[in-house]
Amino acid sequence: MSFELFSNLVGAFFTLCIFSFLYKDNPFYQAAEQMLVGISLGYGLVFTFERVFMPYVYQPIIIKHQFVLIIPAILGILYLFRFTRNLAWLSRYPIAFNMMMVGMGVPMGMHASILVQMRQAMVPVETVNLFLILLGTVAVLLYFFFSKAHSGVYGKFVNVGKWYMMIGFGASFGLTVMARISLLIGRIQFLVNDVFGLLK
Amino acid sequence: MKKTIPLLIVILGGLIFVAWAFSPHYIIQEVFYNQFYLPWVYASSGFAMLLGVISLSMMHSNKIKRKGPKWQYSWFFFASFIVTTLAGFIGGTQKGGLLMWMFENMQMPMSATMFSLLAFYMASAAYKAFRARSPEATVLLVAAIVVMLAQVPLGVKISKHLPTISQWILDVPNLASKRGIALGVGLGSVATSLKILLGIERSYLGGGD
Repeated sequence: MSFELFSNLVGAFFTLCIFSFLYKDNPFYQAAEQMLVGISLGYGLVFTFERVFMPYVYQPIIIKHQFVLIIPAILGILYLFRFTRNLAWLSRYPIAFNMMMVGMGVPMGMHASILVQMRQAMVPVETVNLFLILLGTVAVLLYFFFSKAHSGVYGKFVNVGKWYMMIGFGASFGLTVMARISLLIGRIQFLVNDVFGLLK
Repeated sequence: MKKTIPLLIVILGGLIFVAWAFSPHYIIQEVFYNQFYLPWVYASSGFAMLLGVISLSMMHSNKIKRKGPKWQYSWFFFASFIVTTLAGFIGGTQKGGLLMWMFENMQMPMSATMFSLLAFYMASAAYKAFRARSPEATVLLVAAIVVMLAQVPLGVKISKHLPTISQWILDVPNLASKRGIALGVGLGSVATSLKILLGIERSYLGGGD
């Protein structure tokens, strides 16, 4: 048995373990599910060590003697006090240090999510499609404006926003299903071509 | 001390970051951000991973100790976690090593299959949810079917206009609804950021004193 075939058989075994859930919950699925979590966590830990701890903590402090970085390293260790009963409050310090970036979120969020979207929405209405986009954007925004009762002519206009959203959600759903289907096709192709193809 | 100082760090640091977004000055862009904040955040953030590892390990070890529901499977978690970690630390992360072999032949097939399983569950959930009970649900169903059919050869065989209609749905009504929602989300996130910056929202600090 070649190493490639052995590797593919291992992949096929775990693929079938997960697929077995389609029949019903069973020990193979449960074991594979826990192994997926364990392997992902181990992988994450190893890469965090290699890509974050080594270049940003170990090398600067030990090799380059940037001893000031001992302070943020200690700050990071404070995260672990979350597990103690009396000193859990110490873990608020690294969280607070990371949360400072929320200040960046106000102007940047205003720019990226509001101003850019508004600029794109406020183009000259030269075609029917551009008019429909403007109408839909305004109607959807008004649908979420709850300070005025959705009744009368205003209510009917706001209802247009609901229809737009239903089409949008339908389109998103269709795209998501197709993405999952393509993954499913990928797994079946793996089983048929890469495993059973090599076994023949 | 326990809550006030972290709160002050967030408020004062947050105000500096507001200035960072507006000012191109060397002190704030280079000295504060590039030389101080980024190295400090990178140096401290690695330890957050340990928090996750310890938390998950404690959850599983408690399950085994108490013999909770399906406790036997927690051993699979520990076994795979320890083997993967040792494979990475001893064998290295290069292609061809045990860690990458486990990633390519165990982790990737399992996670791809897990996501592909959702195709079945989404289909059954969609059947339950979308049975055209109201005009709105019918519109949602029709939009979903058009978008799905337009992506497969069968759709083009049914009608050669289907891809054009699907693209129109994505480019016009879908864009309008997503833009409206994005504006709402943007306003909401800016409002939440402001609440944190002004010390009104404090739930991220956790409970207790």
